[in-house]
Amino acid sequence: MTEAYIYDAIRTPRGKGRKDGSLHEVTSVRLSANVLNALKSRNGLDGHAVEDVIWGNVTQVGEQGGCLARTAVLASDLDQSIPGLAINRFCASGMEAVNIAANQIKGGAGMAYIAGGVEMMGRVAMGSDGAAIAVDPSIAMDTYFVPQGISADIIATEYGFSREDADALAVESQRRAKAAWDDNRFAKSVVPVIDQNGLTILDHDEYMRPGTTTEMLGGLKASFKDMGEVMPGFDKIALMKYPHLERINHIHHAGNSSGIVDGSAGVLIGNKEFGEKYGLKPRARIRATAKIGTDPTIMLTGPVPVTEKILADSGMSISDIDLFEVNEAFASVVLRFMQAFNVDPSVVNVNGGSIAMGHPLGATGAIIIGTLLDELERTGKGTGLATLCIASGMGAATIIERV
Amino acid sequence: MTDFTMTTDADGVAVITWDVPNKSMNVLSLEGLAHLSDLIDQAHADEAVKGIVITSGKDTFAGGMDLNVIAKMKESAGDDPAKGLFEGTMQMHAILRKIELAGMDPKTQKGGKPTAAALPGTALGIGLELPLSTHRIFAADNPKAKIGLPEILVGIFPGAGGTTRLSRKLGAMAASPLLLEGKLNDPKKAKAAGVIDEVVPAEDLLAAAKAWVLDAKDADLVKPWDQKGFKIPGGTPYHPAGFMTYVGASAMVNGKTQGVYPAAKAMLSAVYEGAMVPFDTALKIEARWFTNVLMNPSSGAMIRSLFINKEALEKGANRPKVEDQKVKKLGVIGAGMMGAGITLVSAQAGMEVVLIDATQEAADRGKAYTEKYMDTGIAKRKATPEKKEQVLSLITATTDYAALSGCDLIIEAVFEDPTVKADVTAKVEAAVGEDCIFASNTSTLPISMLAKASTRPEQFIGIHFFSPVEKMMLVEIIKGKATGERAVAKALDYVRQIRKTPIVVNDARFFYANRCIIPYINEGIRMVAEGVEPALIENAAKLVGMPLGPLQLVDETSIDLGVKIAKATKAAMGDAYPDGAVDEVLFWMADEGRLGRKSAAGFYAYDEKGKRQGLWDGLAAKYPVADEQPDLHTVQHRLLFAQVLEAVRALEEGVLEDIREGDVGAILGWGFAPWSGGPFSWLDIIGTPYAAEVCDQLTEAYGDRFACPALLREMADKGQEFYNRFAAEQAA
Repeated sequence: MTEAYIYDAIRTPRGKGRKDGSLHEVTSVRLSANVLNALKSRNGLDGHAVEDVIWGNVTQVGEQGGCLARTAVLASDLDQSIPGLAINRFCASGMEAVNIAANQIKGGAGMAYIAGGVEMMGRVAMGSDGAAIAVDPSIAMDTYFVPQGISADIIATEYGFSREDADALAVESQRRAKAAWDDNRFAKSVVPVIDQNGLTILDHDEYMRPGTTTEMLGGLKASFKDMGEVMPGFDKIALMKYPHLERINHIHHAGNSSGIVDGSAGVLIGNKEFGEKYGLKPRARIRATAKIGTDPTIMLTGPVPVTEKILADSGMSISDIDLFEVNEAFASVVLRFMQAFNVDPSVVNVNGGSIAMGHPLGATGAIIIGTLLDELERTGKGTGLATLCIASGMGAATIIERV
Repeated sequence: MTDFTMTTDADGVAVITWDVPNKSMNVLSLEGLAHLSDLIDQAHADEAVKGIVITSGKDTFAGGMDLNVIAKMKESAGDDPAKGLFEGTMQMHAILRKIELAGMDPKTQKGGKPTAAALPGTALGIGLELPLSTHRIFAADNPKAKIGLPEILVGIFPGAGGTTRLSRKLGAMAASPLLLEGKLNDPKKAKAAGVIDEVVPAEDLLAAAKAWVLDAKDADLVKPWDQKGFKIPGGTPYHPAGFMTYVGASAMVNGKTQGVYPAAKAMLSAVYEGAMVPFDTALKIEARWFTNVLMNPSSGAMIRSLFINKEALEKGANRPKVEDQKVKKLGVIGAGMMGAGITLVSAQAGMEVVLIDATQEAADRGKAYTEKYMDTGIAKRKATPEKKEQVLSLITATTDYAALSGCDLIIEAVFEDPTVKADVTAKVEAAVGEDCIFASNTSTLPISMLAKASTRPEQFIGIHFFSPVEKMMLVEIIKGKATGERAVAKALDYVRQIRKTPIVVNDARFFYANRCIIPYINEGIRMVAEGVEPALIENAAKLVGMPLGPLQLVDETSIDLGVKIAKATKAAMGDAYPDGAVDEVLFWMADEGRLGRKSAAGFYAYDEKGKRQGLWDGLAAKYPVADEQPDLHTVQHRLLFAQVLEAVRALEEGVLEDIREGDVGAILGWGFAPWSGGPFSWLDIIGTPYAAEVCDQLTEAYGDRFACPALLREMADKGQEFYNRFAAEQAA
């Protein structure tokens, strides 16, 4: 079978997803084009170099609507013969773009793809594209819809994680992210965002709060307690689905949940011939991909079953994996993953994660694949697994293997 | 005589008067609706008619759709009931839409004939949906009138356009208390809420409506939703403001109904889906969901039990044919909580009450209960100081049995001890006249046994109240072996006077209600002993529509009472006593001093103020939670079958004589899953063959207490329904 290789993986720095964030002035299209241009120039791509640009993006309205992928190609230096495909699998959109591209290549549909994604959370508000699962009464009631924060708190309650456990994980994420930046570990993949004159707009992850301590986090108010216990009372819905629980333990807050940021990432994937044609050296092969649906109420447990599935599908076991990237959407998601597979925290999110650096929804899946690859190379390890929890109860995973 | 009549005056206003013969309040029948439609057609076609006023010949406008019609809609809808119901609903929409569109030119929206509604008083359900389709609603300034859409309370929702019109008129948020809670308003508040347009003095009602009709311009006839560029107040579902409303509403409705009442979900869905399409499409969507609710057996069962049969029982469906037995002077013996409550409700109903206790202080305390209750009512503006004085003046608190002279009914609520009760019986009978009926409020002692202390056992009866008396709507009337017809009639007439709902049962251990509640509580406690997660027990009960989980219920009724009942039952049953496993938990809790809410410690923990916190964590130390937990359905089946099998046995043994009483009594007495219509309705919904099958499974897994009663087995074999088999017998 044809192999799909990663030739390059880059990302923008992540800007605070607010009006005063450094990337707030940049449009979603321009930020995407920044990434596409960097991939083109770094790898000497020319003409119809890739079959398609598959671009993940969650909130596809306004400037992020209208098939952003195609608009981004046209706004970039890529050839107009390259089309664009906008996809949405919520938080795993960037990963799904990579997985689709890899599987297209494995199936023989073209030599190469650019896959990645973008989310300008400060410009296009999360949820502004609507969602029948939350709004349509007959769907919301039948699926026992609760917002993600409540779901994360259900995980904590169901699997016994305390506020202290979650805060400790958050502090460690901040510590690791700072250490990684100090050690220049992202240098290979972070591409500064520049303006039309070549001036730098942002060259580092600005969301991080180095030096965060558990004492500092201890003072934060649980974010989802009121909507759970008072108005409109989502905890009751959670207990309808999980009736063996007496109450929901609300442990998540802004400090142990992922940050709202702007950012984009792209991965260049191709077969062997593609590398030969452009004189590029494959960095890793995409060994396996997987996605799965889970209970939509607890919603965010997907990394566990999707990891079981990807291991089973590829005939591997958890001990075959050297490094893990488990998206830090909420602390409990990562805690549950480590608990389920009994993996050592020292091999999970070793350079920090979305709690410290932020989670630009449509891009994160591609970001963590790049981060995983960088770290495998830096440490000389072989195999890594990246996985994300996904809204509405899904999970996605990718296994990469250095070559 | 027809329900609607039309006369046209000299000014050219056609007044359609709704006045259903032989009814105190107008209700809409299908024939009435068809006739109304004809009258509208006539008026629209008649060149002499300039406009229409729809009013009522009674002092109220209308009580709603005839619930008997709704209850039978499904069965009378033909071979394809969903199709029949949908088409019937669409016809209703067509008639109301005809009024609303006024015969105007659809393009220019000109030349229509205005219709106004003139409501002299209460307007409920279709009685408001019809006015909502007119162009202007006038109501008489009658503070006693209630205006609203209470359909949700019977398990349906406003399906004649009321849901669509009101949610467009007010917006989803403002309409939600009216639609989702069935909130009723007096005319002034209804106007303030935007439901109606004008409140005028009663004597000016018709004139004001006529004047408006004659003065109305073309533009006055075009509803906002028929105007170009109409926007729903508060935003549509995917408008940023509307978004949060809908997300929140779904969650609140889901949490509140615990998923067992289909009507609220259907209504909210109709509002949501309707908000995104033109008005006529929205009506079609409303009709689809309305059909869906009528097709759900829950709606028919709720209407049958909560309205039709409840009312029938209140009106004396099972009353012996003897002359009026209305109570004039009541004696209450025992001024404890029950006696004080009985005194309160009886004096409120205008009866003279003599309240007796052993000491004057105790008797006064009993009377003070009424005083305090009335004071609270005054503070909440539900009562007046005059009313309080009037009620108190009816109550005589004394120790003197001689004051009972002239009483025609006595209710004793003294300590549950046969000797004490016998003593009271003798003292009372010495003081009252020969015709006086004597009732015991016992909840545990057999009436026939207590009647032995009476010299007039045919005048001896049980009138069993539930606590707190002023809140609980059910009264269980118990016939002893010797109880005569006049005593039954007396008890029924008394219950009617105090405006509660009676059921009449025969004498047997725990009568009917307690007989069914005790196994429910016991099953919950039994599961604790088995290591079932206590939260699962409680949540499973709520998820099947029980107002309280069994563990919370026993905390409320008190654990020492449970111990007392268990000991007495064991003594009576001997070796056959089946509840040893329950007693182990119960007795241990009592030994630990955890007596329930009253000791601020029970299956739940309570704070210093006595407010219930979570389930007591000490429970798990004694009865560790098992690794293997049963699934939700199993827990729910155990909790429900524990109750319904007892109801079936009560019917089988003749304790219950009428399944309507079994259903109504269960819902009002202990809140048995109201969505189901009661235990017998529930068995009909799930089907007797399936019920028998579940009995067998539960028996095998959990023991003989779930053994299928012979009656249920027989019905399962024949594929019978309770409401077919027993309703037929009653009719015969």
